Amino acid sequence: MATVHLPRSLVTLFTDPPPRHLQLTSTSLADLVDELDQRWPGMRDRLVEAGPRLREHINVFVDGERQRELATPLGDGSVVHVIPAVAGG
Amino acid sequence: MTQRVEVLVGTKKGAFILESDPARRDWQLRGPFCQNWPTHDFIRAADGTLYAGGGNNWYGPSVWRSADNGATWTQSSAGMTYGDGEDAPKITTIWKLADAVSNGTIYAGVEPAGLFRSDDHGATWSHVAGLREHPSRPEWQPGNGGLCLHSIVTHPTDPNRMWVAASAVGTFETSDGGKTWETRNKGVRADFIPGPAPEFGQCVHKLRLHPDQPEWLYQQNHMGVYRSDDGGRQWTEVTDGLPSEFGFPMVIHPHDPRTLYVIPHSGPADGRHMIDGHAAVWRSRDRGDTWQRLSSGLPQENAYIGVLREAMAIDSLDQAGVYFGTSTGQVFGSADEGETWTLMADYLPPIWSVEAAVVD
Repeated sequence: MATVHLPRSLVTLFTDPPPRHLQLTSTSLADLVDELDQRWPGMRDRLVEAGPRLREHINVFVDGERQRELATPLGDGSVVHVIPAVAGG
Repeated sequence: MTQRVEVLVGTKKGAFILESDPARRDWQLRGPFCQNWPTHDFIRAADGTLYAGGGNNWYGPSVWRSADNGATWTQSSAGMTYGDGEDAPKITTIWKLADAVSNGTIYAGVEPAGLFRSDDHGATWSHVAGLREHPSRPEWQPGNGGLCLHSIVTHPTDPNRMWVAASAVGTFETSDGGKTWETRNKGVRADFIPGPAPEFGQCVHKLRLHPDQPEWLYQQNHMGVYRSDDGGRQWTEVTDGLPSEFGFPMVIHPHDPRTLYVIPHSGPADGRHMIDGHAAVWRSRDRGDTWQRLSSGLPQENAYIGVLREAMAIDSLDQAGVYFGTSTGQVFGSADEGETWTLMADYLPPIWSVEAAVVD
């Protein structure tokens, strides 16, 4: 199981919002996005753009390392942080 | 039935509603809704549903929907894509929402320029692909505001006819429900393109139609104000009498297709704000043959404010109310067709859209 941490700005976009912290059986980031989208329809569109690739200003860290590839594998015990890029204005 | 008037305001940081009784003297502000979602357009559809469209720098484009007057909201961009391939253009935001009068369909104009429709109240969207299949599409170039499809004009009785406009591409018309499109730019200047007048590339800022005269189109362009008597096949410039050819928004009187309003700005190289800092709306009662300056109640000193293309609206009461929002967060309104103006709201985020609705 991977532990996933989601930002408040993301979960509040959904009427029945996901918890900020949850555990999923996903084996890759692509798999994680699909699993989130199945449970909260529309989640994929918020995280992934044409390519398909992670949206430009969505940062995803796996075990502390920033990853950009949806094919990035996840293992049992992986910790995933989804963090919007910091911004001003 | 007690009527209320709403002015729906889309801003860089979400949406707001100003509400009043039909006297339109005292306005109450509700919101923000869709907070932190940059909102290019915010409308109330004929069935009462609220829709807000825009794009978020992190989470992309989406259309928000509320069926309970703003108490709860859902958002979706399902199907709003040009494909998932490596080279597929990335849609960044929604610029315009339009309620097709005859059948309940909602249309969305997006950036980069394209048209989508929803037949299920915004839950899912499908691409009206015919527009981007137009042979001119590889040559479309963005204006300073982006390659945005900002005007969607539906025919009042024929669901197969529609006009759209994009900057700096021009106006197109479909007569077959969006399968095929034809350019509608003849007579519109594009002096920024060398050589003879092009078929497309004109920089429309706002395109309007009056439902009582659906062959009469009007546009505020980067290069002047124009009218058409034949659905856009030929345009006639009616800029004479205005202090500037440059401006963004335009509205038409709801009960008089001869009456239109524009807000001339200093030129594209001169700041793009109220001319000399004197705020004014200009009205024509004769389809642009003559113009009248309206400024009573508007700031006349050091008012270097700007009004963007979607940020003017007119309500449907017998004595129409006219409203505009500024890119510095003020909303001004007139309950007497522009004769006198008051400040309805201040200190809002930069305003990108203003729409008006009369609700029973």
